This record gives sequence, structure tokens and C-alpha cells, in this order.
Amino acid sequence: MAERVLMKGNEAIAEAAIRAGCRHYFGYPITPQTEIAAYMAKKMPKIGGVFLQAESEIASINMVYGAAAAGMRVMTSSSSPGISLKAEGLSYIAGSDVPAFVVNVQRGGPGLGGIQPSQSDYFQATKGGGHGDYKMIVLAPASVQEMASLTIKGFNLADKYRMTAMILADGTIGQMMEPISFEDAEIEAYEKPWALTGTNCERKHNIVNSLYLQPDELEKKNFERYERYKIVEETEAMWEEYMMEDAELCVVAFGIASRVAKNAVAAARAEGIKVGLIRPITLWPFPTKALNAAADKVKGFISVELSMGQMIEDVRLATQCKRPVTLCNRCGGMIPSPDEVLESIRKAQKGEF
Amino acid sequence: MEHKRLTLFAGHYGSGKTNIAVNYALHLAKEGKQVCIADLDIVNPYFRTADSAKDLEKAGVTLISPQFANSNVDLPALPAESYRLVQDKSIYGIMDIGGDDRGAYALGRFTPAILREGNYRMAFVANCYRPLTRTPEDALEILQEIESACGLKFTCLVNNSNLGPETTPETLLDSLSYIEKLSELSGLPLWLHTVDCAVAQGLPETVKPVLPLRLQEKYFALPSQKPQNRPLWG
Repeated sequence: MAERVLMKGNEAIAEAAIRAGCRHYFGYPITPQTEIAAYMAKKMPKIGGVFLQAESEIASINMVYGAAAAGMRVMTSSSSPGISLKAEGLSYIAGSDVPAFVVNVQRGGPGLGGIQPSQSDYFQATKGGGHGDYKMIVLAPASVQEMASLTIKGFNLADKYRMTAMILADGTIGQMMEPISFEDAEIEAYEKPWALTGTNCERKHNIVNSLYLQPDELEKKNFERYERYKIVEETEAMWEEYMMEDAELCVVAFGIASRVAKNAVAAARAEGIKVGLIRPITLWPFPTKALNAAADKVKGFISVELSMGQMIEDVRLATQCKRPVTLCNRCGGMIPSPDEVLESIRKAQKGEF
Repeated sequence: MEHKRLTLFAGHYGSGKTNIAVNYALHLAKEGKQVCIADLDIVNPYFRTADSAKDLEKAGVTLISPQFANSNVDLPALPAESYRLVQDKSIYGIMDIGGDDRGAYALGRFTPAILREGNYRMAFVANCYRPLTRTPEDALEILQEIESACGLKFTCLVNNSNLGPETTPETLLDSLSYIEKLSELSGLPLWLHTVDCAVAQGLPETVKPVLPLRLQEKYFALPSQKPQNRPLWG
């Protein structure tokens, strides 16, 4: 058996990033993700890496942009208000087609909100957040082990598609501790012929830029980028199905909400209610095919979220409104109890959506 | 077990300080002592001593906790009542210090009074399965950083080596050479092994002294992680 260690979710991200070859971390402290920075501050100097606490979130995301343009595996991490500040940089990174890895350990919003867990940055992560037409690969871990494995996956996907991969976690998964191992770490290496590595006067120089002087050129670039996004949508969606084989109702939940939902599904099964769970692991690309297929079998969906209902819109789109979708939610830093989710399942069983 | 008037638990964040401090407070209360526990963690706003408020109250333990613990206010401020621990010499005081050296800065203000009285035990809590204290050398580095931050020297070690819900008696047995080495490097004696009470039952008698812990339950634990047949405290 591989070596087991007891880690906080935030630490697991930091250690996994180092194992994925990340040697450049730029950040600015914010609760509840500070352990990522603390871990990097302790580890990076010992392995010849760079840990830099920037003067602001805006500075740190632009440092990520710079290091990514130089072909480095690089990351930043923050929490909700900090990610809003980074939005401009994320748009520039997307417009320049450089790979970056970003972590959002969400807290309650809007505004300064609070420091307790939340999932209310779903729209911001999956629909853009910054300006312009762009997408980010959004990964939603539901355990400390997944914080590690999806970090490594995220670095690989970012390099493969020259995009930003974002971990969308929440305060609970960031702070909680579970035993994990790094046995599955599969580091993929990609050539980066576009990177700014110095020409040695032996090749034409590369340009990394998001500014296009001619509108037709910019349009062409956007079309090309969306061809790449289409491949991602077709090939990279990940999800978990739990007790869906004979399910007549489907709960949809990601991250910490999916753990509560799983307990509720098990409790409902004990009452004889045929209910299952689809847990999106990638939020973009959304597991549209799995949900659309489920819509042909079940009589309705329950979206369990720590927000006012954001993913529920994607559930409706994916299922083409073939079945009713209801919301079971808490927000502002509160987490639904398994009993609250169970009550929603009982209602749906009676046809109350 | 011999008790000092003041007991301080410090260590790397996530080493288990809060759970141990709470369980030790309950242990003292069970012996009939008048106990007061203070949460001096100014670093981490989550997983607080206050999470165990009900258990502590039931056992008659006084809890001093930052006003904003477990709220949305990330304000690193200590309550004025914390001074009771060093001033009221009729009670047994337990201090739960925040993680790493940054957490230990808060302790510095009490250091002169603690040294003057000279009746304290300061325990370094170590878990060899935590990534930044994986080796005795790494643990020693954090131990020394905490000492320089608070101006107090540790007097003993607590071995809290565990893998959360996966902890077995072997998990603790495998950590014995680690804690011996840390004891040798630091010159500090081992005071206690601490482990989940369900696991403690499976330990050989040669492993001692052991303080069995009753841990807080998490309701977002997966069905497979729920502890089975957990005996209640006492």
C-alpha cells in the first residue's frame, strides 16, 4: 500500500502541485485557503522553487500570466473575493492561450461575505467571470484525496489545452483533514513550442499577447479557441454515479454538498425510495450526456447546492427541461444537513417539485 | 498522572492540539479538579475549542473562547478573560495554542507570568503522518520556531500520530521510533501517547501512558467513514 499521510485539503493541493512540477507560486493570503500559501512558503525554498507573496491578488495573477508565458507550471490560489480581483488576469491568460492553474476555496458572498464554506462562485467559474468569450476547465473535488488527484489532473489538462484549470473547492474541503496517498500521480509532459524561452538567435521569436489589431484576426482566434473548447467538452467531462442503476429520482450535487447528499441518498434508500446521485467532478465541461441520459429514466432532479441555485440552470439545460428540477440549498456559509436533503427527496418522491 | 497547574498544548497546525486539550480538560475534571480551558488560537478560525462547548459545560469545565470563534469574523483577538489562567492560581488552566510559530506569538504576552509562577507543562503535539512534520528533523524545526515565537521552552512531547478514521493500533506502533528520535533530538521526554479511544483498546500494555481521545464527529463524513461502536467518554 502506498504511503498514507494525514492532510488538510489545502495542503493536499499544495503538495500535489509540487509533485505535478509546479515550482512557481504567486499569491495573496485570504481565509480559508491560507494553508496553500503557508505550505508553499515552507516547501518551495527547500526544492529550489519560488514562493512569492505579491502585493495584491491582481499582481499575483499577472505574475502567473508571466511565468505561464515562459512555459512554467505555475499556480495561484485565493478565495471568492480574491478570485474576483483576479478575473481580469484570467481573461488575459485565456486570450493569450497560456496554461495556468488556479484554486478557489470558496467562502460566502457576495461582497466581503464571510469565511464559512460556500459554492456560490459556480457561475463565476463556469460562465467566465472575466470579460470576453472564454472558458476555464473547472474541477470540483469532494474529498481531500481528490484535492490532490484533481490538482495533478488540472496541471495536465491546462498544459494539454493551453487553458486555465481551476479547482473550485469550498472552505470545508479546504480545511478538513483526511488520510490520502499520492500513488496515482501521473504527470504528463507537453511540449511548449510557443513559450517565451529565449531564441538564442536560432528561431523566430514567440509572442504571447491577447491584443489583436485587426478584428477579423481576433474573430479567427476566437473561433479557433472554441474549436479547442469543443474537444474539451466532448472528451474531458468527469462525473460519479451513485445508486443510479434503478433510480427514479436523481440528486445532483458537487463538492461538499455531494457528501451530505450521499448520506441522504443512503438514508432514503433505507426508506425504500429509489434515488441516486450524479456528482459532477468537472463543472466545465458539465457532464451533460450523463444528465440527459438520466432524464430519460428518472421522474425528476434535485439540485443540492451551497448557493441560491446556480448549477440548477446547467441541470435544466443538460436535461433539456424534460423533467422537473427542484433546489435544496443553504447559503451564506451554512451547509444543509442530510435530513434537509432527505426531506427534499421525500417531497420529490410524492411528486412535489 | 501528575498534573501541573498550567498545561499548554502547541504544535504544527492540524496536529490535534484542540482535541487533546479538550480531552485533557475532561480528564482533569473527572479527577475532581476545577478546570479552565482557554482557546488561544488566533490563526485558524475553524475547528475551535468552542465546538466542544456542550461537553465541557456538562463536565463543569470553564471555557474561555475568542468572541468571534466560529463566526464570519476572521479577527485575531484574544478575550480579556484569558488572563484568568495565569492570575487565578486556584484553578487548573489549559491553554490551546494556535498552529506553528505564528499562533504561538499570542502566547508571548503570558510568558513572563507563566515563568514567574514556574508551575507549567508545555507539550509539543506531534503527528508523524502530517506532511510537514513527517520526519523528526522537520518536527524539531517547527518545535524550535514555536519556542522562539513565544519565549517559552517546551517541557515534553505528546505523540498524537494518527491517520484520522484510518487509524489502527499499528498506526501508533509504527510511530514509536519517530517519537523516540524526536525525544532524542529535542532532549524532551515523552509525556503521553494520544489516540482515539476505540483504537486505544487494541494497544499493547507496553505502550504507555495513553490518553484515549473522544473525537468530535463530522456530519459530512462519508457513510464508510462513520466510526463504528464508538464508546462514549468515561
